[in-house]
Amino acid sequence: MTMTSLEVPALKTEEKSTRTFRHVLSVIVRDPLSLASTIVIILFILIAIFAWQIAPNPLEGAGKTNVGNTMLAPSGEHPFGTDKLGRDILSRVIMGAQPALIVPIGVVLLAILIGAPLGALAGYKGGWVDELIMRITDLFLAFPSLLLAMAIASALGRGLGKAAFALVISWWPWYTRLVRGVTLSLKERYFVEAAQAIGVRDWVIIWRHILPNTISPILVQATVDLGTVILAMGGLAFLGLGTQPPSPDWGLMVSDGRTYILTQPWIATFPGIAIFVVVLAFNLLGDTLRDVFDPRQYR
Amino acid sequence: MQKLEFILRRLLSSLFVLIGVSIMTFFIARVVPTNAAELYIGPKARPDDIARVTKQLGLDKPLPVQYAIYMSELFHGDLGVSLGTKRPVLTEISGRLPATLELLITGMFLAVLFGVPLGVLSARWQGKLPDTAVRILSIMGVSMPAFFLGLVLQIFFFRDLHLLPLAARVASDLRFTSPIKDITGFFLIDSLITGNWAGLKDVALHILLPALTLAAYPIGLIARMTRASMLEVLEQDYIRTARAYGVREAVITYLYALKNAIGPTLTVVGITFAYALVGTFFVEIIFNWPGLGQFTVRSLLGLDYPAIMGITLFGAVGYVLINLIVDLLQAWIDPRISLK
Repeated sequence: MTMTSLEVPALKTEEKSTRTFRHVLSVIVRDPLSLASTIVIILFILIAIFAWQIAPNPLEGAGKTNVGNTMLAPSGEHPFGTDKLGRDILSRVIMGAQPALIVPIGVVLLAILIGAPLGALAGYKGGWVDELIMRITDLFLAFPSLLLAMAIASALGRGLGKAAFALVISWWPWYTRLVRGVTLSLKERYFVEAAQAIGVRDWVIIWRHILPNTISPILVQATVDLGTVILAMGGLAFLGLGTQPPSPDWGLMVSDGRTYILTQPWIATFPGIAIFVVVLAFNLLGDTLRDVFDPRQYR
Repeated sequence: MQKLEFILRRLLSSLFVLIGVSIMTFFIARVVPTNAAELYIGPKARPDDIARVTKQLGLDKPLPVQYAIYMSELFHGDLGVSLGTKRPVLTEISGRLPATLELLITGMFLAVLFGVPLGVLSARWQGKLPDTAVRILSIMGVSMPAFFLGLVLQIFFFRDLHLLPLAARVASDLRFTSPIKDITGFFLIDSLITGNWAGLKDVALHILLPALTLAAYPIGLIARMTRASMLEVLEQDYIRTARAYGVREAVITYLYALKNAIGPTLTVVGITFAYALVGTFFVEIIFNWPGLGQFTVRSLLGLDYPAIMGITLFGAVGYVLINLIVDLLQAWIDPRISLK
């Protein structure tokens, strides 16, 4: 190995991550479905952030009842109708975006923050560290993720935060497994060998050289996972294990409207469509990204 | 010989996972709740009651001892008594299992029935219109929450078209007109072997919507996986050779390629079984299906700890077993796997 090949790899890392990001953008812009999905996702995130400003009636959206207006069909005044407590459903769908969309994004981020470093550690260190970490993840993955989350959520007591925590606990092992696989292949690369050769400490190698290179496979996996986690969160709320009434949440609203599905279908339909559209957007985008990058190639 | 070794290794690792799973369920049900004894009795627990139950449940003993007691009870088939129904958890689970399994298996059957051909179609017309259509359809399938799809199907097929019943496992008057004799607990089979045609028709009509709701997610996954593995197989030399010999494309696709592409699809079927198992929870609620899912949700909400523990354990064991079966099946279909 010559001196130049020792210097070049460190530069290459930086170069590669910006190039990958631009690559992702160019892929998204060229594919109309992915572009549309991205726009939908950004739109919903904006709605969630500015819910109080956008919702026609934020107080009803947050849970204030309005008994004079119960079960009104969709009209100009209430585009999505009103529910059994007279609340404007459009407002509730808008206000419900935070627990239904932003919280799952937080769940996935936390799962990555826990799972990725462990995976890098396992893959880089190998030996008993690897064995220990992977056997623990195997245990978590032995349960159907949603079932595990349900059991933990109910053991902790119901509520949005607890449901989110339960989902983090059930989801991090997927990232450990993914990042470990990527790390195993990165470990053989010159820039890691070079860093080892000049005596860089292990945790610095993991932090500076390994983890930055796992970002794009993680990103692809996270996009697909977000759809699943939003569904899971909606499911927990639907069962009554997530957000508690009177707070708004799409899953909870579908559950509330279920009783009136044949006579006042709008109560369950609009929040249901909201979940479907957001999850569809994440899955369409994730599908395209996966075709281009395929994080599973590392497994 | 290698095959036997593979099977033994696989069985052993499953056993380890099962032990770990039992530790985890134990943790969730006994350690995570801050005061398990209080939860077991209910909100109106008096201090002396709590003390009594703490002793009764062995909660005052060290954790390893508690776990040992719990495991020995488990090996005697004792999962405890449900707080909600006051009957043994095992009885509750086994009594409701046939209804859930019938729904689950019918759903997975529909998923394979639609998913595999859709995937093959997609692969054969790669990049063309059918491929795009199947792609969008499958992604829609995995994006639709089961608890919403069920409602949409109810509106459409029951309210608007009057084609299918709204909910339940059989019509309420069926037990007077042509009652189903409970032999296996699977009503489709029971009505079939007793020649109860009116019953069979009723059961089939009732299971269609819930099974379809359940199948949507697996259909999407199976179609995508079949497509991917078909594309991989279609690139291989023996397919090219077959083409060179002038074998018809249909024969190549359905006979030569599909046979070798079915392995990875099988894995996905195994994985989706777990998704579908949890999916039954939602489907059973919406379609008022008297199975395990309804019981699970009631236990989760009612903080029925012995039941939650039993069901979680049961679900994990089922999941581990399905994965084991899939692996063994694959080794049987494709001998190269057991050599790895």
